[in-house]
Amino acid sequence: MSTSDRRWSVLAAEAALRIAALYPEQMNIYADRGNIAVLSRRCQWRSLDVSVTSIGLGEPLDGSRFNLIYLGGGQDDDQRRCAADLIETKRDGLLAAAANGAVLLGVCGGYQLLGHWYELGEERIDGVGLLDVETTRSDGPRLIGNVAIETSLPGGPAGATLAGFENHGGRTRLLAGAEPFGRVIRGHGNDGRSGDEGCRSGNVIGTYLHGPLLPANSWFADWLITTALGAATPLVPLDDDLELEAHRAACRAAGLSG
Amino acid sequence: MSRLRLAAASALARVAGFLLRITGSGGTSAPGKILLALAPRAIEQRSARLERGCAVISATNGKTTTSAIVAEIMRADGATLVHNRAGANMAGGIAATLNDQRGDFGLFEIDEFWLPGLVEQLSPRSVLLANLFRDQLDRYGELDQIVERWREVARSDAAGRIVLNADDPLIAGLGDEANDPIYFGIEDTAVGSTSAQHASEQACCPVCGEQFSYSRYFVGHLGHYACRHGHVARPTPTVSASEIHLSGLGGSSFTLTIENDSFAAELAMPGLYNVYNAVAAAALANSLGVANEAIIEGITAASPAFGRAESLQVAGRDCSIMLIKNPAGANEVLRTLASDRQSHDLLLVLNDRIADGRDISWIWDADFEQLASSGGAIICSGNRGTELALRLKYAGVEGQRVVVTPNLGEALTAALAGGGERLVILPTYTAMLEVRELLVSRGAAAGSFA
Repeated sequence: MSTSDRRWSVLAAEAALRIAALYPEQMNIYADRGNIAVLSRRCQWRSLDVSVTSIGLGEPLDGSRFNLIYLGGGQDDDQRRCAADLIETKRDGLLAAAANGAVLLGVCGGYQLLGHWYELGEERIDGVGLLDVETTRSDGPRLIGNVAIETSLPGGPAGATLAGFENHGGRTRLLAGAEPFGRVIRGHGNDGRSGDEGCRSGNVIGTYLHGPLLPANSWFADWLITTALGAATPLVPLDDDLELEAHRAACRAAGLSG
Repeated sequence: MSRLRLAAASALARVAGFLLRITGSGGTSAPGKILLALAPRAIEQRSARLERGCAVISATNGKTTTSAIVAEIMRADGATLVHNRAGANMAGGIAATLNDQRGDFGLFEIDEFWLPGLVEQLSPRSVLLANLFRDQLDRYGELDQIVERWREVARSDAAGRIVLNADDPLIAGLGDEANDPIYFGIEDTAVGSTSAQHASEQACCPVCGEQFSYSRYFVGHLGHYACRHGHVARPTPTVSASEIHLSGLGGSSFTLTIENDSFAAELAMPGLYNVYNAVAAAALANSLGVANEAIIEGITAASPAFGRAESLQVAGRDCSIMLIKNPAGANEVLRTLASDRQSHDLLLVLNDRIADGRDISWIWDADFEQLASSGGAIICSGNRGTELALRLKYAGVEGQRVVVTPNLGEALTAALAGGGERLVILPTYTAMLEVRELLVSRGAAAGSFA
């Protein structure tokens, strides 16, 4: 990745893993670039072709071109602009991609935008409604700190741990029938009370965990890649000593002995 | 009554400070907190006694260094300073400084978040607002909120003259709120780039809401910008730097222009970010009516502040300590290293204590990719050193160059034994304090620390 490249990276179009990174200039507040870097590198190290396409304000999203779509978080004003743009130019593409079984990952603000709506001050801002969640503001403090959750994903390890950092003012509520992404072991999660963290509907996942998420949890990066590829065979293992040590450090920071 | 109360509170705070020091409990701001609890108006009362008044400085990056340069300028102008030089920059630290030091001019760097309240209490003659970058989001919240707090400052009758960075579109617009603001900036387009760094702030025109377009980027989102539709343009600075020559860790030289006069300036601090600090200091001094000769004298005399590009010798080795704490600052430090002619061994120390920011995700926004093409060994330490090593792995730094040594003492021993011409230590804030302490205990050349 060139250091002068203001976008994450753009590679060949016809790759195995075809990532769309939405609004990399606005929705990148919690080092979302790290998530994209981990997905890309872990494919490259396995000689899997990977492409990352940045899609910004005003640019349409062709949902059939991508098997993994990433949406990070932004500052309030940036997120407001992106929310309007998301509905206008990318909603249909997102719905089509989700219907095709593409993986959609929304982190923090991106998670809120995958839901039905979120509140910003007195305003209620529409999301794309792919996740059955609503996000309100609370008079209470922002929910900030290291966090660890437990999650069981289809084809993934049962009761696996994800560690990260959360920092959100919104309280997100799961509507009837919606499934959380994981259960909080340490930290706040969706609202600081329910014990739920994030939301998952099929391959559409929203979570408040940054840190960034994927460097601290390489197993989950690989789960995303496998799921996006629809791969029947498992990925080639990598030398993950450092990744596993970093995962343990993030767990310790969250107060787990692991 | 209130004078008696202040005197009693002041004496108690000094006793508390003395006790804290002799018991080794440290804490430069604790006595100030005691003082404020007993005499809530102490800052106002004490600062009102400063014969030459006071000035305050706030910014995300460069507060301590800019203050150090202003201090040299004011000394050259004959002032005796009351100055929070160690960087205790919240209410407690300011109160303690006012209580402990005697002088005729107050110089205070102030935490971004605390600025509005402290400006009301200090009634400074000038307020320098130098830059805003994303920093420690877990502590400060998002930048928009800081900008709103600073808007109150720009409007405040207590604030005196407002000095603004013309090149930072997030804050240059605050000049519209202020009475006769002074702008500073960089005019040398040759030291800029036409593309932005990753995760730069996205500043938008307040009229049409569209992102500004840039003809030059200097540091992060600082640069030459304008609204595409002509609504807003970068103000023309009256204090500026041009003809800038950067010589790696050695420092820089540039032409300093103050209104209609130009001077050759030599700065013993590396990197373009320190040129910004020097020009900001010059603009603040200019707003206070300081003569140009004293400004140049002060800039030339200024040496790096506490842990900010300090150079020292340890066991016969040249070492530099350069604080890193957020992406914009870290990028400038990495860029400066890349332009230096010496070969370096690196010791990177990442802590996640409160003063560092508990959230370490910012390391993924900093361009550690710049280290992939450099040579030299890299040791990662600190309580989150492993994650830093992981960051380097994904930045494309060869694995055999990188070692993780969590224990800082052991890491320092190994780093000092390296074969490069210079050891460069890049610590986060609390790590910087630990590193300095260890270096002193290992006989860092006496007087090599400011």
